[in-house]
Amino acid sequence: MTPLVFGQITIDWPLAVHSFWPILQGGLIYTIPLTIISFVFGLTLAMVLAIMRLSKVKFIQTIARIYISIIRGTPLLVQLAIIFYGLPDLTIEVSPFVGAVIALSMNVGGYAAETIRASILSVPKGQWEAGYTIGMNDAQVMRRIILPQAARVSIPPLSNEFISLVKDTSLASTITVTELFRRAQEITATSYDFLLLYSEAALIYWIFCFVLSIIQGRIESRLDRYVTTH
Amino acid sequence: MLLEAKGIQKSYGENQILKGIDLTLEEGKVLVIIGPSGSGKTTLLRSLNLLEIPEQGTLELDGDRIDYSRRLTKREIQNMRRKSAMVFQSHNLFPHKTVLENVVEGPIIVQKINREQAVKEAQQILNDVGLSDYQDHYPFQLSGGQQQRVGIARAVALKPKLLLFDEPTSALDPELVSDVLKVMKDLAAKGWTMVVVTHELKFAADVADKVLFVDQGTVLEEGTPEEVFQHPQHERTRQFLSKVLKQI
Ligand SMILES: Nc1ncnc2c1ncn2[C@@H]1O[C@H](COP(=O)(O)OP(=O)(O)OP(=O)(O)O)[C@@H](O)[C@H]1O
Ligand SMILES: [Mg+2]
Repeated sequence: MTPLVFGQITIDWPLAVHSFWPILQGGLIYTIPLTIISFVFGLTLAMVLAIMRLSKVKFIQTIARIYISIIRGTPLLVQLAIIFYGLPDLTIEVSPFVGAVIALSMNVGGYAAETIRASILSVPKGQWEAGYTIGMNDAQVMRRIILPQAARVSIPPLSNEFISLVKDTSLASTITVTELFRRAQEITATSYDFLLLYSEAALIYWIFCFVLSIIQGRIESRLDRYVTTH
Repeated sequence: MLLEAKGIQKSYGENQILKGIDLTLEEGKVLVIIGPSGSGKTTLLRSLNLLEIPEQGTLELDGDRIDYSRRLTKREIQNMRRKSAMVFQSHNLFPHKTVLENVVEGPIIVQKINREQAVKEAQQILNDVGLSDYQDHYPFQLSGGQQQRVGIARAVALKPKLLLFDEPTSALDPELVSDVLKVMKDLAAKGWTMVVVTHELKFAADVADKVLFVDQGTVLEEGTPEEVFQHPQHERTRQFLSKVLKQI
């Protein structure tokens, strides 16, 4: 029996090098596309939900409110399982990747809706009135006056949601999407070097997020070229 | 008459703010509205631009008429609203657009005027308000007085039948007030029809064709500047005038 040794970790360098590319590849062909596609769909859904929440029609408001409440009140892992393992019971079968895109988009939609709604509400009422007084209708004011200002407010929280999403895609491993984390898992099945391989996966996630946070900073300073006077 | 409002009533909840206001204005004339804080001046002005929809009364503007006691469609509101344009006390410029973009927004997006034409006209207007060097600045880069002049330019660019001003100088530092008032005088001289809420009595005396003293949601006094300022009929008007004059 090998004695337990603390304070001494031997790194299997050849394994580290050999496993790096397959894990990274899982990130490049699954994690990143999954993140981007789900975020785009999710934001679109969020925009619709945010506008529904701001509607004067109670019924429309309520639908959006219930949806958001369900998404926020249930684990993403369970949402994924329902979409991938549950929908086939209704004879709707989707591939793991598509299932993950659906579940993640629906999830992002629920969370980002509140962010977008809050950012729309943060634009002063005077901006609506200024839009109206120059003759605009509601849609014109929303699109040309309110949303550009709301965008500036919502970029930091939405970037954070994007970065969270990168990490949340790892849950897609549970529905057999061979993304970054699943690749690492698969390699542990033969090498048993959990510490090394999962650390490697963590490192790659961290690099992705680090790069994103730099891009986030760039976008924010670009949008700061005007300063609201309110 | 270009403008005729009759029996305008507006409440917020239990609180009746406008208690049946009548006013008329001929084309090319300037009406100044004065009155104590909370008397309903802003509410009245906003009602003329349909930013507020009163419960009662009629509004006739440039040949069109609406009855506020009826339910109005969005289209009716918009058609009527487009006959006038408002200059706000806090200017409400679009902070994400440059000075020029602020001014051409309405003409291009709402009136569908081609960009080249709109820009040319906007530059002329900006020149008239003394801001031709600032067209590419963002609002936050301007002084309060300059911002307010952009607000005026934005309204003028729409060529509305009626310009509405809600205390356009009261949020400004004293030394910036005169530039804004001068722009407004120029507009009056050019024949714009204007309704101006202000505490600038000297401006009112110089420019107004008619002065309205509004108190607690009713028109208490109405006449030429001379009549209202020199020979007020009501004690309330006298008190108000002496209070405002004392502040100067
Ligand atoms: N949206 C609103 N909801 C409730 N009450 C309001 C609202 N807007 C204005 N009021 C009330 O209506 C009254 C008249 O307001 P208004 O702004 O028209 O007065 P004003 O004559 O313009 O005053 P000031 O000289 O201070 O600008 C005030 O008592 C105000 O509190
Ligand atoms: Mg007011």
